[in-house]
Amino acid sequence: MTSSGDDAHLRTLVLLRRVRDRIDREHARPLDVEALARGVHLSAGYLSRQFKAAYGESPYSYLMTRRVERAMALLRRGDLSVTEVCFAVGYQSLGTFSTRFTELVGMSPSEYRRRALTAGANELPSCVTRQATRPVRNREAPAVGLHLA
Amino acid sequence: MDITLHTTFLPHTDPEASLAFYRDLLGFELTMDVGEGAMRWLTFVAPSQPDVRLVLNPPAADPGITDDERRTIVELMAKGSYQSIILATKDLDATFERLQAADAEVVSEPTEQPWGVRDCAFRDPAGNMVRIDQV
Repeated sequence: MTSSGDDAHLRTLVLLRRVRDRIDREHARPLDVEALARGVHLSAGYLSRQFKAAYGESPYSYLMTRRVERAMALLRRGDLSVTEVCFAVGYQSLGTFSTRFTELVGMSPSEYRRRALTAGANELPSCVTRQATRPVRNREAPAVGLHLA
Repeated sequence: MDITLHTTFLPHTDPEASLAFYRDLLGFELTMDVGEGAMRWLTFVAPSQPDVRLVLNPPAADPGITDDERRTIVELMAKGSYQSIILATKDLDATFERLQAADAEVVSEPTEQPWGVRDCAFRDPAGNMVRIDQV
């Protein structure tokens, strides 16, 4: 029913899924695209291209997004400082963290923390909350459509 | 109105692998096994919840689905973007250890989520997201 070419494509997709899940699992640890590629026996360049084709962003970008997403959650908790959150989610430098955070969220980490602490909690299944609070890339340009292909 | 949740479905790509995951690792009971080869419908219940069924079915088995649509569904499953389920257990750590020891694909170790749930997450053999909440 499926050709061997389709099977190879599906096997690659499974490897990409494992890479993405590994980023979800280990994003707070030192992690780079070379290490991710080694883990599934692909070259870094091939992994980056295939990952972007499958998920719409590169593995590096996804890693940064996940770190910002986790940072948003920790900042909403309110018991950690911005600096503590920065290192807790795997950034090595406060400057890089603030720049990336601001780019994705549209405000600085300290501003986000201040605003979040006055907002109410939500009561949704965990997977829904995770989607709803996931940072959207290029929030400054929300008119850009989804990549459906 | 007296409506209850009766049956829910997840797709499989390898019935034997999914059977091992849901029955042998997670402890569901297999109550029905219909069909053969890749075209099997496996019905499970949790021992403590025998009136709620989880059916693992072949993906895109509906004859009205075109080959292109089938390919898309199978690709979405492989990349882990298709279906998910949330299970619950009283002993999250023991459940996690058991699955991890059996080399199940870990997505998230037991974590206190900011929305008040403590959970972990795995992929089932077909790529479905299986989150497990502590209750």
